[in-house]
Amino acid sequence: MHDKTLAELTRSLDAGDFSSRELTQHLLGRIDRLDGELNSFISVTHEQALAAADAADAARAAGKAGTLTGLPLALKDIFCTQDVKTTAGSRMLDSFIAPYDATVVEKLKAAGTVSLGKTNMDEFAMGSSNENSHYGPVKNPWDFTAVPGGSSGGSAAAVAAGLVPAAIGTDTGGSIRQPAAFCGITGLKPTYGRVSRYGMIAYASSLDQAGPMARSAEDCALLLNAMAGHDLRDSTCVQRGVPDYTEELGTALSGLKIGLPSEYFGDGLDPQVEAAVREAIKVFESLGASVREVSLPHTHYAIPAYYVIAPAEASSNLSRYDGVRFGHRCANPVDLIDLYKRSRAEGFGDEVKRRILIGTHTLSEGFFDAYYKKAQQVRRLIRQDFLDAFEEVDVLMGPASPTPAFDLGANKDPVQMYLQDIYTIAINLAGIPGMSVPAGFVGKRPVGLQILGSHFTESRLLNVAHQFQLATDWHRQRPALAEENA
Amino acid sequence: MQWETVIGLEVHVQLATRSKIFSGASTAFGAEPNTQACAVDLGLPGVLPVLNEAAVAMAVKFGLAIHAEIPEVSVFDRKNYFYPDLPKGYQTSQMYQPIVGAGVVEITLEDGTTKSIRVHHAHLEEDAGKSLHEDFHGMTGVDLNRAGTPLLEIVSEPDMRSAKEAAAYLKAIHSIVTYLGISDGNMAEGSMRCDVNVSVRPKGQEAFGTRAEIKNVNSFRFVERAIAFEVERQIELLEDGGKVVQETRLFDPERDETRSMRTKEEANDYRYFPCPDLLPVVLDKAYIDHLRDNLPELPAEKRARFENELGLSAYDASVLSATREMADYFDEVREVCGDAKQAANWVQGELAGALNRENLAIKDSPVSARQLGELVARVLDDTINGKAAKQVFQALWNGQGASADDIIEAQGLKQVTDTGAIEAMIDQVIADSPAQVAQYRDAEPDKRGKMIGYFVGQVMKASRGTANPQQVNELLKQKLDALC
Repeated sequence: MHDKTLAELTRSLDAGDFSSRELTQHLLGRIDRLDGELNSFISVTHEQALAAADAADAARAAGKAGTLTGLPLALKDIFCTQDVKTTAGSRMLDSFIAPYDATVVEKLKAAGTVSLGKTNMDEFAMGSSNENSHYGPVKNPWDFTAVPGGSSGGSAAAVAAGLVPAAIGTDTGGSIRQPAAFCGITGLKPTYGRVSRYGMIAYASSLDQAGPMARSAEDCALLLNAMAGHDLRDSTCVQRGVPDYTEELGTALSGLKIGLPSEYFGDGLDPQVEAAVREAIKVFESLGASVREVSLPHTHYAIPAYYVIAPAEASSNLSRYDGVRFGHRCANPVDLIDLYKRSRAEGFGDEVKRRILIGTHTLSEGFFDAYYKKAQQVRRLIRQDFLDAFEEVDVLMGPASPTPAFDLGANKDPVQMYLQDIYTIAINLAGIPGMSVPAGFVGKRPVGLQILGSHFTESRLLNVAHQFQLATDWHRQRPALAEENA
Repeated sequence: MQWETVIGLEVHVQLATRSKIFSGASTAFGAEPNTQACAVDLGLPGVLPVLNEAAVAMAVKFGLAIHAEIPEVSVFDRKNYFYPDLPKGYQTSQMYQPIVGAGVVEITLEDGTTKSIRVHHAHLEEDAGKSLHEDFHGMTGVDLNRAGTPLLEIVSEPDMRSAKEAAAYLKAIHSIVTYLGISDGNMAEGSMRCDVNVSVRPKGQEAFGTRAEIKNVNSFRFVERAIAFEVERQIELLEDGGKVVQETRLFDPERDETRSMRTKEEANDYRYFPCPDLLPVVLDKAYIDHLRDNLPELPAEKRARFENELGLSAYDASVLSATREMADYFDEVREVCGDAKQAANWVQGELAGALNRENLAIKDSPVSARQLGELVARVLDDTINGKAAKQVFQALWNGQGASADDIIEAQGLKQVTDTGAIEAMIDQVIADSPAQVAQYRDAEPDKRGKMIGYFVGQVMKASRGTANPQQVNELLKQKLDALC
């Protein structure tokens, strides 16, 4: 039951093989048994989940079930949920309960999904390994000595470990795609503005975007159908019709033009990761696609530009955590400044503090033009690189990460950690959609193939990934967890 | 040495939108603390701002009223600083691309002369909450009802040269925003506040002196007093060989002085940058044209019309156009009675006097413009005389009748113009006053004019004030002179 995709589970629920309650109970049992070591959840909401499952079963019995009714999933703990605490992986919000549901949460609830809980993450979505969580690191289900990636590491690990068939993540610089790659699942970062950010705790507002993480491209399409759409509460969410993202899933790939950015196959790319990616490209060729090399000449500016823009926005977005109205407040403050200083010093972890400091510095008088303004100019060039490339090809492909999942504790140097995101970060700067799809292994650790498209071409990306998954079974591989080996 | 004062004003006008600039919470004044602050106003995690279109329209109307350039694109920026009544840790404002560009405000001074004050720009921003220091025993309370209320900050060039000019400018802004209906202009409730930049320089010198900024002055009177104090302080300092420091000061109306709040060295670095949660505001020509076509008549146009078309004096025109309520009231009185001059006299005389005595605003006048217009019409058509008119006005004020005609009828104030009736009263008075008649007869002819007053008074009294005074005068003179 826990190995199935959402599409398969729907068929089983429709066929009456088991109920949503039985499915939910089974998965909650697995979480209880396995997640102690995996640490992929911050909150598990047994009672609410069972109540939602019962409601879904009742809806199904009444003939009112939609495509997602009764399907369990998990939410990255960055989405505000009424009645369940939302921590963003931070001590700062350890006791924060929002008085509202995020729009994404509202939409998924309306679609009849059953949330099993809130998943672990790097604090405020800042990190590439899930080691920056106040709630401890998450382990990679394929290899407990490896990281699951970040920042949506809990969501990726929970799906890979068979604790939940799908989870929702957020991606600011690769936070859906890189953990999806590290954990061997399928993840989609939609076009910026496709999914509402309302109720999603902000890290870097101009880059943050929510997306599905699941076991197949088809499942991602089903989830995106429920998540996407205009929201009056988010001015940056576009007013644009939402297609049925499953509609294009049957389209053959003959004639598809694939571009391989030469910058994504250069120094620093693990040869075994490269080999797996090139094998995957051959599959596409066998499906009738043509492949050519393209160039994204400003790629090497992406990380510096990102680490100016994202921390600048973050330094401002995180100012509201001041100990005055909600969140962590230090004990016995002597005055206002003391309240601010100690509440923030105690509430935030090191990486968050580092980025707040960077952002505060780059926005300072005298530095703004040299850093922030310049970075915005670079951002436009990077976006133009992609637009130019998409004049020539339909999609771009390359590795989602230069290496497979690295060892827990291996990347102590923050800059080394930042360089992990070299293939994912430019996509957020450009605002285009991107996916990571399982494409092989290096030893026990999965490799992700990244597929990129121009703005609002999610339907095409999902079909390209789906056709690959019809031709391969990398996405069907499951890790052998300790309990099951015993 | 002769000194010249240089003043620039930053006026914050609270816009009269029903909901806040970035949320749906109400902006009504005076509610229980924190009952009008929603999740967005509280800056809770994950919430996002959505711009209120009504605030944009109001800002653009102001821009059009001061003949300012309205840029096609304006952008919201974040002004970052920590303060307990600033929930997000930043204020959403417009630093680099404001919604209203350069414009001009005409001011009228007490001597009737006018002057143009340049406006550098005006931008939209959200208000902060309020810190409450009383009632909390060593702690501070925070009320976020005001947080997110839309403000239009109007920044002038340093074009004013006296406290009087600054006050006149503030009044002109007040008049424009209330005419436009974009603010209630209620200074006591904080709907208009200003920061005053003051410096002095030796007369004839071109370079500006070092300025001090006086924060949050909230009445016309305080603006004048704060500037007067500050100018004196700076001149004294300079004449004693000292230097003015660039700093922010606070005006204390209790002690009538300004005090230092913080110097430039202590000033915040606000780290402005474009707000990534809000899209740039793009205004097309059709939208701006629509707003322009629907602008009401503005104070300057109204003043010109009163003066040129209605023939009022510059002074009357200026007083009657000062507020929209006043102008609308006057316009209605004038239309009902048909005589601008008389309407102006009554509005500025009897009505203004009564309002002042009871400290009422014109919108709260117990006598409506229609009632007053009908009353003036009865004076103009000689139904009543001036004395009776004042009685009728008082009766209307006291609510003793629905219209002037009702009161005239009820109190029998209709003017007596029948010569026969007046003559009969005169004959009676003459018959009853032999001593006075004798005095009149014995007096030198050129002294008699003054003596006639007694007889007029007696006749008016006999008529209970209703006799036509002019007729009484003429007939009395004829009859008395006939006795001489």
